[in-house]
Amino acid sequence: MSGASVIVIGAGVTGLSSAWWLARSGVDVLVIDKGIVGWEASGRNGGGASHYHSPLFHEEQKLWPQMDELLGYTTEYRRERVIFATTEHHLENYRRMAEICRGLGYRVDDLDPAQVRSFVPLAGDNVTGGIHLRFGGQANPQRTVQAYAWALQDLGGRVFQHTPALRIVTAGGRVSGVETPRGVLGCDHLVVAAGPQAEALLAPIGLRLPLAPARAEMIVTEPAPLMPVGGADGNGLYGRQTLRGNLAYGGGPHEWLDVDALGPRRRPSTPILRNLAKRVAELLPRGAHLRVIRSWAGVVENTPDGRPVLDRIADPGNLTVATMSGVGFGLSPATGHAVRDLVIDGRCSFADLGKLTLARFKDTPADWRERQGWLPTTHEQALAAMAP
Amino acid sequence: MSATRGFDRISQAGKVPAPDERTQILVVGGGPAGAAAAIEAAKAGGSVMLVDENPVGVGLMALDTPLYFGGRFTNAVQTQARMVEQILASSPLLEAAFEAGVDVRLGTYVWGAFTPGWGLASLPESLAGLADEERAWMVGFNRLILATGARDVAFAFRGWDQPGVMGARAFEALTSRYDAFSGRRLVILGTGELAIETARAALSRGLLVEAVVDVADAFQGDPSAAAELAAAGVEILLGHVPVSAPSGLEGIEGLTLSDHATGATRTLPCDTIIEAISLTPVIELLDVLGGAIAPAPRLGGHAPVTSDGTATSLPNIFIAGDVAGAPGGASMGEEAAIASGRRAAQAVLASLGHEVRPEVSTVVESDFDALAYQMAWARALMSDPDVVICQCEEVSRAALTEVRPPGYLGPPSPAQAKRDLASLLEDGPANQDQIKRLTRACMGPCQARRCREQVALTLACASNVAPADVPLAGYRAPVRPLPLNVLADWDESPEIARHWDVWMGIPGQWTPYDDIGTEREALSAGILGEGGHA
Repeated sequence: MSGASVIVIGAGVTGLSSAWWLARSGVDVLVIDKGIVGWEASGRNGGGASHYHSPLFHEEQKLWPQMDELLGYTTEYRRERVIFATTEHHLENYRRMAEICRGLGYRVDDLDPAQVRSFVPLAGDNVTGGIHLRFGGQANPQRTVQAYAWALQDLGGRVFQHTPALRIVTAGGRVSGVETPRGVLGCDHLVVAAGPQAEALLAPIGLRLPLAPARAEMIVTEPAPLMPVGGADGNGLYGRQTLRGNLAYGGGPHEWLDVDALGPRRRPSTPILRNLAKRVAELLPRGAHLRVIRSWAGVVENTPDGRPVLDRIADPGNLTVATMSGVGFGLSPATGHAVRDLVIDGRCSFADLGKLTLARFKDTPADWRERQGWLPTTHEQALAAMAP
Repeated sequence: MSATRGFDRISQAGKVPAPDERTQILVVGGGPAGAAAAIEAAKAGGSVMLVDENPVGVGLMALDTPLYFGGRFTNAVQTQARMVEQILASSPLLEAAFEAGVDVRLGTYVWGAFTPGWGLASLPESLAGLADEERAWMVGFNRLILATGARDVAFAFRGWDQPGVMGARAFEALTSRYDAFSGRRLVILGTGELAIETARAALSRGLLVEAVVDVADAFQGDPSAAAELAAAGVEILLGHVPVSAPSGLEGIEGLTLSDHATGATRTLPCDTIIEAISLTPVIELLDVLGGAIAPAPRLGGHAPVTSDGTATSLPNIFIAGDVAGAPGGASMGEEAAIASGRRAAQAVLASLGHEVRPEVSTVVESDFDALAYQMAWARALMSDPDVVICQCEEVSRAALTEVRPPGYLGPPSPAQAKRDLASLLEDGPANQDQIKRLTRACMGPCQARRCREQVALTLACASNVAPADVPLAGYRAPVRPLPLNVLADWDESPEIARHWDVWMGIPGQWTPYDDIGTEREALSAGILGEGGHA
């Protein structure tokens, strides 16, 4: 089985966007995945695209409005976002967030309660105010992931689904390929974008990428008439009204997991979906009658500081590592561009990534998950820890 | 906990509140299997709760939930108190359960069930989510018996979305449990065991059965049943495919059939078309729980993996009645269901340490390949690609097999127009969960009750694989469509409220990049605390 010039492990948004960007530069690229494209957290998230904290933020904002055209497929991207509050305390937080975004050169309008309701007709009399991001937006995660995969294939790139990476093969201090059930696939450069499975893949070649997987969940209602701004959230929730009209919201407590080499065994929802339902009903009281028809759960990987690793490794020199630490979807157009730059040029052309290197974890203690309490924790263990 | 072990206060651990009530044994489903299980379990003296969603709210009935009612119910279903009386009157076993000390809850949905295990370490105990029309609540249980029965596999033809096209199981519920069936003149689709039972039941109620129809050229059930039905004036039409159902103000008024040998069409007058092709086990709660489920062609589709007809892959979850498998796509029948319920209760009691003498198993089996029969119907109906098979999201067969994006996204891009099921199949076998997210088929408020199986069958037809090879599309809680304000936990625990965060609550995750490593880092962490980020 032949390989490719560049192999990407992981057909999530990060891996697929990276591969698509590489294919746009004429690189022969192959993406392999243990399952189906976008099957983990990439296809199960809120779809938000306004990550002002990230060094990739400007590129994220520049790219999203062009993505449908660049990919040739719709992502259901919808521009702008209203974040609104039902308490003075939350409103204060949102206004500070607006200040940060303005400081970065982006327009944010303060909204009074009536203005909030004009953009978000399902909001109620409990609104205290809000902010209107004249940038950002949201897209449909599963459609976007599929768009990356198809656009990649349209450029001659390949995707092998149901092809787990079993081992990174090295020779003479360089990565020479990836062992899979289809045999060893050779490559000149390897991109590891394997989500929670990245840690176990990198460890045998002496690279430390500490990751802790966690589950996050969302609920979805039946469709409601489209609101002027679909990206409307607050009240401790992230989410959106989809272009179909469904309300899809998440937030609240996550659960730390152990993940097997081949991925999570299950992605269960929990009774926490009732707390999500409460918060959606509070946020959008005029939609409180809408029926909840689904829930999702996605498993995301987290680094110890919660920040990404986007790094072209020094040794072996033909390896690039990409994990977005649980905040990958919205940034993916820019992440792919950055990885393309790292692979081809050795450095990112549009952003400083110097604080996102793998080396920052070289002294992370072996028992870091235990110290941070980022391990599966039973109810009894939690009660003991919470006891005064 | 060790001294070095930290605790993440934002995580779910320690936050799942104690249930509103507890029972030792929870039985879901008050049909013969569930009622018999509850009665048998109560004999041992422990607490037993039997929950049944009937009478179902009219809003859900209109959504064909939980059964494919097809709008053929009378106004009587609007009066819940009357329906409760009617259901009790029609179910002597429920009365007996009351008398046996079972805590019987009618008109109560079970929308989810959760048991500690992989990925749910934080769960303090096994919990079921219940709801009525007003509120939701949680019940803790030691053992759960799922007696959720089987439901109809629906098939689409032109007009199937009009009132009057319904399933055999829903017909049975509306006639025998609700006494609220509004049809008079019937055509029954199918000639297997399920169709024969349906025809017999209809005739015994004095309803007019115009015909039983099959796409197959042979009568599927016992030949003597064919003679019996013919003698009762029921026409038997083999090798005929439903083409359309003309309709008027009150729903369908007939069924147009095509003789596939000659191409000739004829229209039978009727006000109700009962799809009695196959039942399939109601496995949604077991899937939500994470129990093992496998294709079972002779049991109507996918069924729980079980060693003895009562145990599941989860040690505290048991099954009874048709959920264990609808033999040959029909119900196992009341007598077998009662025996199955009793055995499930005995297995539960044994697992709780009671000394029980389990009855000899009388597993009902059938040689009839219900899935192949479903497939024959699906294949015959493929000839009309423009029929909408997902009513909620208005997805046609052609839109499904072309993996066409939904209409509200506008005309497909040139690249998109070149994509279809074939191009997806180049990357791997058809996966219903993937295709439903791209086409929206199965994504509507009926939670795919009307289209889930026929979408899988259509994918099997279009990708030329056995239906058992299309992976089961996952079920998710809530398995009943419940309003936000009903499902909501309005009495939220202070622990959840205090530590609620939009995302993971990782200090510094949302620190603006330029602030990292500067004196502003601590400041921004303070500002962006409490999930204040976007």
